[in-house]
Amino acid sequence: MEKVTSLNHICRLLESDRSYMIAGFAEVGTPYTLINCLLACGTRDITLIANDTGDATKPGVSQLIFEKRIKKAIVSHVGKNPETGRQVMNGELELELVPQGTLTERIRCGGAGIGGVYLKTGVGTPIADGKEIRTLDGADYLLELPLHAHIALLHAEKADRLGNLIFHMMARNYNPIMGTAADLVIVEANQIVEPGTLSPEEIMLPGAFVDYIVQAERR
Amino acid sequence: MGTREFIAKNAAQLLNDGDIVNLGLGIPGLVPNYIAPGKHIYFHNENGSIGLAGIATPEDANYDPELIDACANCSYFQPGGVIMDSAASFAFVRSGRLDVTVLGAMEVDEAGSLANWAIPGKMIAGMGGAMDLVSGAKKVIIAMEHCSKNGRPKIVKECTLPLTALHVCKNIVTELAIINVQPNGLVLAAVAPGVSVEEVVAKTQAHLIIPPHIDTMVA
Repeated sequence: MEKVTSLNHICRLLESDRSYMIAGFAEVGTPYTLINCLLACGTRDITLIANDTGDATKPGVSQLIFEKRIKKAIVSHVGKNPETGRQVMNGELELELVPQGTLTERIRCGGAGIGGVYLKTGVGTPIADGKEIRTLDGADYLLELPLHAHIALLHAEKADRLGNLIFHMMARNYNPIMGTAADLVIVEANQIVEPGTLSPEEIMLPGAFVDYIVQAERR
Repeated sequence: MGTREFIAKNAAQLLNDGDIVNLGLGIPGLVPNYIAPGKHIYFHNENGSIGLAGIATPEDANYDPELIDACANCSYFQPGGVIMDSAASFAFVRSGRLDVTVLGAMEVDEAGSLANWAIPGKMIAGMGGAMDLVSGAKKVIIAMEHCSKNGRPKIVKECTLPLTALHVCKNIVTELAIINVQPNGLVLAAVAPGVSVEEVVAKTQAHLIIPPHIDTMVA
């Protein structure tokens, strides 16, 4: 199947009232072209799964908050986008704060077909509220459930036409794990190359996980 | 030297040659400026790296806007530096391999518990990676100003803000004192030059154990 496609095609796939994983940390590894596509094609009522809600002074995930496209955010940090806290206190946005390492592991579970994982992070804190606590080998752990999304949006430096991906420097962050944990995985890539151009041992996410590739717009 | 630099310099004294260390936002980020020559410290950044060396500016030959530390500063690698995805980064932390984490806090208490991510009804920042870092690291060093901006003691009998973790802090470094968390309570280990024990006690809500010998902090 041809995976390289147009933004017009992608726009038809970005339905409202769906869960979206959006990769990136501190605006690095963030799929700006695909976020612009979400904004342009009117997608709303998004359940966002991401590291954070962006930086209020920069483009990216923050724009989805400002334009009130998000109904629920499952993230580890909102401190750089105070609009998030404002919408939460006004009852406009539902917020589930998840410790960053718990977030990464829940995504990993969702992408690996694992039904849940016991983690010690958050024991004795508000994060433990309502969760099963299990004592294993003398230590307490919380049962954390997998995260799986309808759609994952990734940013790669290079993609071949089969969707094999390479991420540049710290843009790797959530990209390879989110790319395993959604029904539909859409990638924007700075460079799209022919299969065989990338060495099998340098590929960071196998194309078998990837559904569609678009050319990233120049920033 | 300013207050923040003084705190960072004294926190740096608590690191050992060969340690792999994670630094939080704010004062901890100044710690690398005060590592003694000949002491090799490797910095872990939770977005997914070990071995970043310092701040890079656009004038630097190796400047790369996608090579950032976890505080979103552009950086560069020392020889042997590595990148990993965020799940592997937290596997490193959670499994107990991280030697030290240095971070700030809004409250620390007599049991070594800390709070640093939310003030109910006023401020939601989110914990980011802090809960995972303090639960996983072999040693937790709190580097913070002794009192809040309005003069309220931050070292308290029992935290009242939402907790980050229970019983994890080892050392507290402020502009007035170094306090060690021991099984029997908080022990005053050192005071800043020119600061009396009485001043430290007056500005600390928690009970302080005063041993016969108290060191002087490094100016």
